[in-house]
Amino acid sequence: MRVSVIGCTAMLLVSVAACGGRGGTEPGATASGPCQGQQATGITDKSLKLGGIYPLSGPASAYGDIPKGIKAYFDYVNAEKNGIGGRKVEFVVRDDGYQPPKAVEEARRLVEQEQVFALFQTLGTPSTTATWDYTNQHKVPQIFVATGASKWGTDTQHPWTIGWQPNYISEARIYAQYLKKDKPNAKVAVLYQNDDFGKDLLGGFKRAIEGSGITVVGEQSYEVTDPSVDPQMRNLAGSKADVFLNVTTPKFGSQALAADAKNTGWNPLHIINNVSSSITVLKPVGFENVQGVVSSSYYKDPRDPTWNDDAEMKLYKAKMQQYAPGADPNVPFFTYGWAVADAFNKTMSAAKCPTREGLRDSMRSLSNVQVGMLLPGVTMNTAAGDGFPIESMQLMKFKGERWELFGDVIDTRKEFGPLTG
Amino acid sequence: MAGFLQQVVEGLGAGAIYASLALALVLIYQFTGIVNFAQGELAMFSTYLAWQFTAAGLPFWLALVITLVVSFAGGMLIERVIIRPVEGAPELTVVIVTVGLFIFVNAAAGWIWSFLIKDFPNPFPEGALTAGGVSVGYSTLGILGVVGVVMGLLYLLFQHTKIGLGMRAVASNPGSARLVGIRVGWTLALGWGLAATVGAVSGVLVAPLLFLDPNLMGGVLIYAFAAATLGGFDSPVGAVVGGLIVGVAETLAGAYVGFIGSDLKIGVPLVIILVVLLLRPRGLFGRAVVERV
Repeated sequence: MRVSVIGCTAMLLVSVAACGGRGGTEPGATASGPCQGQQATGITDKSLKLGGIYPLSGPASAYGDIPKGIKAYFDYVNAEKNGIGGRKVEFVVRDDGYQPPKAVEEARRLVEQEQVFALFQTLGTPSTTATWDYTNQHKVPQIFVATGASKWGTDTQHPWTIGWQPNYISEARIYAQYLKKDKPNAKVAVLYQNDDFGKDLLGGFKRAIEGSGITVVGEQSYEVTDPSVDPQMRNLAGSKADVFLNVTTPKFGSQALAADAKNTGWNPLHIINNVSSSITVLKPVGFENVQGVVSSSYYKDPRDPTWNDDAEMKLYKAKMQQYAPGADPNVPFFTYGWAVADAFNKTMSAAKCPTREGLRDSMRSLSNVQVGMLLPGVTMNTAAGDGFPIESMQLMKFKGERWELFGDVIDTRKEFGPLTG
Repeated sequence: MAGFLQQVVEGLGAGAIYASLALALVLIYQFTGIVNFAQGELAMFSTYLAWQFTAAGLPFWLALVITLVVSFAGGMLIERVIIRPVEGAPELTVVIVTVGLFIFVNAAAGWIWSFLIKDFPNPFPEGALTAGGVSVGYSTLGILGVVGVVMGLLYLLFQHTKIGLGMRAVASNPGSARLVGIRVGWTLALGWGLAATVGAVSGVLVAPLLFLDPNLMGGVLIYAFAAATLGGFDSPVGAVVGGLIVGVAETLAGAYVGFIGSDLKIGVPLVIILVVLLLRPRGLFGRAVVERV
């Protein structure tokens, strides 16, 4: 053992890739048969190794709950469904603390040392941006990244990277569509986070309202280092807008909701983006203060009694209890993890070849794929020239102690046409 | 005009928050002669304790008292266990230890209470006092009041008690202080305990406004440093005045200076720190350091 460790360390100096192989997976293995020559690293007839990078520490670590939902799903599939197509899934999670340089380091570790088949989710626009050149150079699938930036779909240079959730521009289009119908002369004030995420959503919204009677009368940005957005909210209240678009991440979402509730002289229609629509953001503000707030969603809310008899929801709650005891299944991050893992299962199962190339081709040719946890009417579709798996959402309004869906599912590709860079 | 006054009031509200943490920074500097980067995180941790007590069903004020006592003990314990081994080491070493403490406490809070936001009960009534088109929230008035009281108590402690005298002696020259019979170790521990207590007050004051999560104090700390630098690191009055000036300057610059706007607001405290250090390193109210050589 000792000798092999030393030998391996020595070889490490020559090539990191040479020592990482485990459990029968040849590093740089290729497939045979009809898929000849394609990359089969990290996959055998009995196993499938995936790597994920999430902020388990640091400022964005609330998202660290997502991989727990994913793990519960894979544990369930491994134990009760004999894995994905007979392959037991091993899901290796690494922590990047939401720091892009760390994400690159972890991506290299997963690909070169752990020899994963694919990166299943990197979280956050900055971390994904930092790693996608690397994954694409090495032709490693980086599938269903957990960020809504539009560039994962509009870009043509990175075929190995694909998003999953509706992108921020699609989401902005949903709100624009709603206002066009309900408040055609709306005057809108916007609070947005001063980064790619905030600018993507705000820019998408402005483009979507072009040619309508809706105008943006106030814009304020904030930095994630700001202690509070109260001064920004004060400035926006002066704009006399009748709609307030809240483009924020969770803590600032709570602050903006509270500031709006506190200011009795300004009572706009409050639209909060999906990122901050979690019940954990609204509850601290007090449910009585957030009645009538509007947002949008694309997957089933475990708190919504509409889904009490839904087969997938029942399965999810039962299996979460079994495989992730102690985790509250009502936390939407777990639901999201479950849903995206199920989406991966469907995509992997549809692959013609059990290879990296096979997965890439499968994730880029999804046709009307149903995922149980998504809202009815929301399906996954991709094709040449369409790199956005989910582009439909449904509006919801906060009533009592939970969100209530209203209106129909809006397919933004149908309503606004394809999204291009 | 009312609009301008309203902005000033908003700035004072923000400034009071910065001042509350700046007081803890000044306090620990007075006692120990070091700048504690972990002060904000300790305050955050104390706030979580208070939240835990109220969540367990204790009335707010009782929870507050217990939190202050626990924070005091915790501050002393940290000094004994973590700072004592590097006592006498170069200042830089101690500062690096406090940075490590910063990271550790932040991660520990996240581990214990998760990074999801908690709602923290507000000790002050909702609503605002309105006069002449300007409205001042009761929370803001409450914070200003508490900060004023804490400032007064600290001033009395520093200037008019034997402990204060001893502690100033320790900060200025630990060796000589020990020779004249001051218990240096206890004085340092006392400093950490008191600073943690003042920090806890700060955390409890700001949590209802900023919402409680492990990064509650991250942003505030930067402004608190600017406030303490501006006012002088050895003056409680300076910390409060500095905090208010920073708050108002930042708010007005954000609202009225076009190119700063909301984007560059965070740059304002940095500029203040830089200008003060260049022109008047001891701060507005600080004493110039004189050393006999």
